[in-house]
This record gives sequence, structure tokens and C-alpha cells, in this order.
Amino acid sequence: MDFLRPTDWAGALAAKAAHPDAVPIAGGTDVMVELTFDRRRPDRLLDLSGIPELRRWETGERTVRLGAAVPYRAVLDHLAGPLPALALAARTVGSPQIRNRGSVGGNLGAASPAGDSHPALLAAGAEVEAASVRGTRRIPIDAFYTGVKRNALAPDELIRAIHIDRATGPQQFAKVGTRNAMVIAVCAFALALHPHTGTVRTGIGSAAPTPVRAPDAEDYLTGALAGAGLWEDPRPLPEAVRRRFAELAATACRPIDDVRGTARYRVHAVGVLARRTLDRTWDAYTKGLTPCA
Amino acid sequence: MRVTCTVNGRRQVADHVWEGESLLYVLRERLGLPGAKNACEQGECGSCTIRLDGDLVCACLVAAGQAEGADIRTVEGLAAEDGTLHPVQRAFLDTGAVQCGFCTPGLLMATDELLERVPDPSDADIREALAGNLCRCTGYEAIMDAVRLAAARRAGTGERA
Repeated sequence: MDFLRPTDWAGALAAKAAHPDAVPIAGGTDVMVELTFDRRRPDRLLDLSGIPELRRWETGERTVRLGAAVPYRAVLDHLAGPLPALALAARTVGSPQIRNRGSVGGNLGAASPAGDSHPALLAAGAEVEAASVRGTRRIPIDAFYTGVKRNALAPDELIRAIHIDRATGPQQFAKVGTRNAMVIAVCAFALALHPHTGTVRTGIGSAAPTPVRAPDAEDYLTGALAGAGLWEDPRPLPEAVRRRFAELAATACRPIDDVRGTARYRVHAVGVLARRTLDRTWDAYTKGLTPCA
Repeated sequence: MRVTCTVNGRRQVADHVWEGESLLYVLRERLGLPGAKNACEQGECGSCTIRLDGDLVCACLVAAGQAEGADIRTVEGLAAEDGTLHPVQRAFLDTGAVQCGFCTPGLLMATDELLERVPDPSDADIREALAGNLCRCTGYEAIMDAVRLAAARRAGTGERA
């Protein structure tokens, strides 16, 4: 096995172009487990931990550009204002040790349907900055997840950064697991209110082959809020709206039975989480609590 | 490959390192530092917790090559040269927070890191900081006591070590 350790981004792209089979490693929280348990034996590892720019972030006017290897710890400590759902998701990742190493870029590279970042990225709105020696492109988050542990990256591409829309309204993330720490999601749900456009976005984790949005639930809630003029005149939501949103969110699931839970349980729990996150975000909106930068 | 790093203030060189092996393996099997324990090998148990350039990490999830040039601290570096125990170690002994001892090195490292960041932690802070370290003997209550005692002694408000 070769261990490639570029010290700058150009070197990383050149290495990936020369060896498309090289497995990128940053925090190692997924890759090292696969190596140690002999589930994967690549000819080359491409270590990205020697490239300082991947651990930096910039907060722009409308988006946050998050370097691919920024650890969850930094998201939690520094970006809860502009990225509330992602910070809540980061808070639920593994343990302090894991949060010091794991990153959103790693979550996207692994593309597990259970990755904690995905629902928050789907709900907030994001683009993945993918680069190769051929150039750089931005992949909308909705088009990024292509199958179970598969993503839209070409073999010679690396994730350089994630551009995430800054929150303009309340956001929530909720996750079901057997304890509060060290848990892979049984299912997860994120909801972002976007008052500036009068829309809402959702993200569901661990309840379909890929992370997915719940488009019918989003359309329904967007219509219900606009129809009743609730953005301008926020009042408590009618029970029928809360219930219908939860039902429609559950219908977006395509879950399986596995060791962590049954398909039936996941459908039920996603509905519960949808309603709970709606209650929390709408309550914050009616109280005029907007995220602070 | 060769890996050169600083461990507990000492420059160390490991040769014939396999590119896919973990920093935990390098520490235990190549550098003769068995303090970090090898249990789950997947970041679940915290027994191999060390400091890597100051960050609290599971050594089993760090690739050996990623430690090149790094500053590493392990549980072996906690006590003074003359064998005087570190205040966190002392507190664990004094409260009976050690039973089989397998989780203890990781808990000591995590506690030390917590008290560095949060000198007067709440119980919630302690539980959160130690959430990645499993103990199957104690039920955690004596460990909570140990962390509170270490914090109190550190602040100079409790009994003296």
C-alpha cells in the first residue's frame, strides 16, 4: 500500500488524477475502520490532513464556504449562528474524539444514508465544490447522493469545500438513536424555514437508500403558510397542518429493516421528528428568534 | 515506511510501518507505549484516547502516516518524571474510579482535556466530555466523583492532593 501525502491542493489533485483508485482519508473515522476490519484494502491512501486550507471556513454574505476537512467540533463551536441545523447535527456525531476528526466532507465522500450532515445540508441548501485537474464544478446537494454509499464524484475528483446557504430563519435537526452519544442514526430529520423566499426545505436521513428531501411535505407546508398569511402574521399552526406535514414527511421514506430498526418504525419516527422539528422552528419564528451570525 | 513524531516530549522514530496501520498500533507495538488500550478498534469505546497536536482523538482512527511530524501525548506522559501522579490520576484513585482499569487511560486523557478547557465543569459538561469513553465496571458514578474532585483540587478549593 502507498501512502500519498500532498501538502497542497494542486498536489492532491495531481495525485488523484494519477491514481483515481486512491482512497482519500482525512479524519479517518470511516476509512480506518474499513482498513482495520479488512473490509477494504486499497493500493493507495491519499491523506488530505496535510493540506491546511481544507480545515478553513469563510462566512460570506449568503453562504458559508466550509473546507472539506473542517472537523465537526469547529462547526459546533463556530458556525451555529449561520448554520444552525448543521451545528445541531454536528452535535450528535459520535463523541468528542470523533467530532475532533470527522468532517462534513468525509460524510459526503462516504455518502452513507445515515450520515448526520446530510439532512441538514438538504434542508439548508448547499452545493458541493468538486475539483480535479480538469477543473472545478459545483454539484447541487440534491444531485449529489446517487445511491447507497455512492455520490456524484468522478473517480479523479476530490471534495474541496461545501457551500452552504446561511440560515435566514429557524432550523432544526433531530435524530433517533439508542443513546445520546456514539449513535448511528436509526433515522434523522432536518427542517429549515426560509422566510425570505416563503419556502421550507427538509432532509431525511437513514430512511431511504440515500438522504432525501420530503418534497410533498415541503410543498404542502409552503402552501399552507402562504395561504394563511402566516409568514407576515405568525400565529400557532393549526393542528391539521402539523399533522398533515408529518404524514407527508413519512411518505417520503423508503426504508429497510436492519439491525438498528424496522422500516415501519422508521416511517413512524420520521413523522414524529417532522412534527417535532416543525413545532420547534415555528415556535422560534413566531417569537421572532432568527439565527444570529 | 518510517514515521517520525514527538511522543510525550520525546522524538520517536518507527520503522517498517505498514501504510494501513493505525497510530494506536505504532504506539503500542512499535514504540513500546501500551498505555493507550486496544479494544474496539472503531472509535466506539475511547480506550485508545490520546492527544494529537492537542486534539483529543482515538488513536485507532488515525493512520500511522498522519502522525508524521505530530506532537502526541499519551497517558504515559501524565505522571511526572519522578513518578508523582498527575492530579487527575490521583483523583481517580482516591474516589475508587478504577476497577479493571482498561478504560482508565482514555478517561484520564479525556478528563485532563476537559479540565484544560472547562476548569469548573457542570455534571452535564462532564457527561458530554466523557460520552466517548465506555466503562463496563463502575457505572460511571465514581468516575463523575473523580472528575469533580480533580476539578476542585485544580481550583485549589478542595482537599489537597
